[in-house]
Amino acid sequence: MSGNQTTRPATVPVLEARGIAKAFGPVEVLTDISLTIMPGEVHAIIGENGAGKSTLMKLLSGHLKPTRGTVAIDGEPVTFAGPVDAEHRGLVLVHQEILLAPDLTVAQNIFMGRELKRGLMVNDREMNRQSAEAVQSLGADIDPTTQISRLSIARRQLVQIARALQVPHRVVIFDEPTASLTPFETEALLKVIRDLRDKGVAILYISHRLPEVGAIADRITVLRDGKLVATREASQLQPVDMARLMVGRDMSKLYPEREDTASRQNVLEVANFNVPGYARDASFNLRKGEILGFAGLIGAGRTELLEGIVGLRTAHGEVKLNGKPVTFHTVRDSMAAGIVYLSEDRKGKGLLLSQDLRTNLTLATLEKFTRGPLIERRREDASLDKAVSDFDIRARRRDLLAGQLSGGNQQKLLLAKMMLLEPSIVIIDEPTRGIDIGTKEQIYKFIADLAKAGKSVIVISSEMQELIGICHRILVMRSARIVGEVTGDAMTEDEIVVYATGVKINEAELYSAGNA
Amino acid sequence: MSDTKTITDTRGFGRKLADLDKTAVAPFLALAALFVLGALVNPNFLSIDNLLNVLTRSSFIAIIAIGATFVISAGGLDLSVGSMAALVAGIMILFLNSASIDGDVLMLAAGVAVAIGVGALAGLLNGAVITIGKIEPFIVTLGTMAIFRSVTVWLADGGSIAMKSIAMRNMFRPVYTGVFLGLPIPVWIIIAAGLLGAFILYKTSFGRHVIAVGSNEDVAKYSGIHVNRVRAMTYIIQGICVAIAVVVYVPRLGAATTTTGMLWELQAITAVVIGGTALRGGVGRIWGTICGAFMLEIVGNIMVLSNIVSEYLIGAVQGTIIIIAMLVQRTLQKKK
Repeated sequence: MSGNQTTRPATVPVLEARGIAKAFGPVEVLTDISLTIMPGEVHAIIGENGAGKSTLMKLLSGHLKPTRGTVAIDGEPVTFAGPVDAEHRGLVLVHQEILLAPDLTVAQNIFMGRELKRGLMVNDREMNRQSAEAVQSLGADIDPTTQISRLSIARRQLVQIARALQVPHRVVIFDEPTASLTPFETEALLKVIRDLRDKGVAILYISHRLPEVGAIADRITVLRDGKLVATREASQLQPVDMARLMVGRDMSKLYPEREDTASRQNVLEVANFNVPGYARDASFNLRKGEILGFAGLIGAGRTELLEGIVGLRTAHGEVKLNGKPVTFHTVRDSMAAGIVYLSEDRKGKGLLLSQDLRTNLTLATLEKFTRGPLIERRREDASLDKAVSDFDIRARRRDLLAGQLSGGNQQKLLLAKMMLLEPSIVIIDEPTRGIDIGTKEQIYKFIADLAKAGKSVIVISSEMQELIGICHRILVMRSARIVGEVTGDAMTEDEIVVYATGVKINEAELYSAGNA
Repeated sequence: MSDTKTITDTRGFGRKLADLDKTAVAPFLALAALFVLGALVNPNFLSIDNLLNVLTRSSFIAIIAIGATFVISAGGLDLSVGSMAALVAGIMILFLNSASIDGDVLMLAAGVAVAIGVGALAGLLNGAVITIGKIEPFIVTLGTMAIFRSVTVWLADGGSIAMKSIAMRNMFRPVYTGVFLGLPIPVWIIIAAGLLGAFILYKTSFGRHVIAVGSNEDVAKYSGIHVNRVRAMTYIIQGICVAIAVVVYVPRLGAATTTTGMLWELQAITAVVIGGTALRGGVGRIWGTICGAFMLEIVGNIMVLSNIVSEYLIGAVQGTIIIIAMLVQRTLQKKK
């Protein structure tokens, strides 16, 4: 269960990266990273999406092999045969995504692949007992015979951590563990991490939530564009400094100049709108030329509410478009009415990854490219040429598959595809998730230009800074309801968090608890 | 912003030749290899008569498999085609025997229309249950496979359903045995069905939607495509193809029996898969499918012409071919 507690001089790093680099094809995503992790230390890695954090973690945990450089354990260079090999050496990675079998029980998941046996049969009683203990030691009380599918995301995460800690461990790597946790669940997790540290386990902690990093880390390493920018003592780095190091420039330039493009005219009025199981009694309006933000925690029902409005989900309620009541039975109806929705799940719902750019671009508007029953490929090609230049889609070749584009170019292609519908209202869900900073800037500018051109935009995002940076007004959802609206100077992270969590949180108090 | 020059133009012919998808070419290379093998085994193999004969015999499976290409590239599966063929044939012959219309030619024409109507309805049944009932195609068509077969046996009273009118038989026979411009009629029908199928799948927005649905149903839905309508339509196309195959099949023997179309579903799926269409959907190759159906028949032909392997093992050889084809596809895809 607990870590290997042999005392060793704290001067030898338990895990070390020596000038490691990783290239995928011709693209080097990580360049010459050197860092050390000492026993009993929490070492945080921070950086923007695409900075190379996850790649670094995969290199250190044996999921990937470095193109250059070496990884060393206790000062000895090692080459991992794979993640299992790394685990045998005491390196454990707690994945960002939940990788559990939903139909199996907590105990079955914790012991999957290393079941305890009695003779030929699995020893369920012993596995249940040990699982209960393991979960309890993480400060939770979960019946080990519960099916995973009946647990909340936060509790699943705890089960996943319990599973990871089941093997003897000396280094535990947490990859964005709090991404889907509420502040209280986050605090519980931070306590678990502190306990591990106090037992002498080395912790590598990846996150982009800066206050949290400040509260838990002993040392902080900042990555930007695949390079190591700085490694500092946590006590010497304020969240503001971290942000500046991460972005590498003045944050204010990331967002376009805010212009008051919102008119008084309502284009969309939604009243008492319900999406069963996800959104209740939602009422809001959207003005011409306005950029309206939807903030809230993951699972608050933002995506589902807007999917319901455009006809992608069963829903009921009043929707008025330019003052006239409308009902969208299918997404085709809302598209015809000039509303488009760009899914947060670009790879799963936005683009056909196994098809080429042209097929993807014209998929929602094929009728515009046909004469009689025949698709006119020449006009499709012309449209692709225009999209490539208008949206600055960077593809090495025209016949690449959508799945071969970078996240940023995929987003641009999806934008181009949906803009072919010539919408007056554009709903963009998580517009910059998994996108590099340069492309982010382009997408923000594009959204601002849409508003300037008199279109209305709804942006759903979990990045509060992004909403604050580009929106005229922000609605906050919590547990299926719209609970607040912030505008103007009131658009601050603090204000949004109060609505999103339902509690006024004294951040300092929350994060300092137990951080002696 | 407009940095279009970094993008290589790939519309030139040379480029296209270099990029030719290997999985698309593989079936034709395999066919060429079979030709070589056939010629080595028996010099008569390459005779025009033998080849046209083989092509004619492959027509039922080829035509059905064209429909199966639609179903499979949309991510579906239809196991009921063999039983459906028997049912359509049975109903068609019963209708012809009813002699409800004066004049044999009109009667035959009406019979063909009835066959196509029944085929389309049977396909609609499959499609509707799969899309509205949200049940796996495998299960639904396993069910209708049993239903169609059983109804045929019941209609035939456990025996066979034969065309009564000798005059009509004689008039209908040329659809299978006739020759037009040097090619047997069934071959013309394969060509026509192939051209029409390729046109629909490659050149129309419906075809594009089929590929989109098979590639990723969610993306299709979020792009405003009526996913259920597209999927149901592929099963209707399949039903119509089965009916066309029946129209070629009935004049051959003038009867439908309880074993008509037995195991055709397996042959049709085999033809589609060895033709390069992906069983998971998203890729459809009409000409590959026809090539696949032809290959299956050639293998049988070579086994009959040679004495190396007993022709009773034809099923085993065809089974081996489908597995090898999948392995080849897998390898080619990995290289990409």
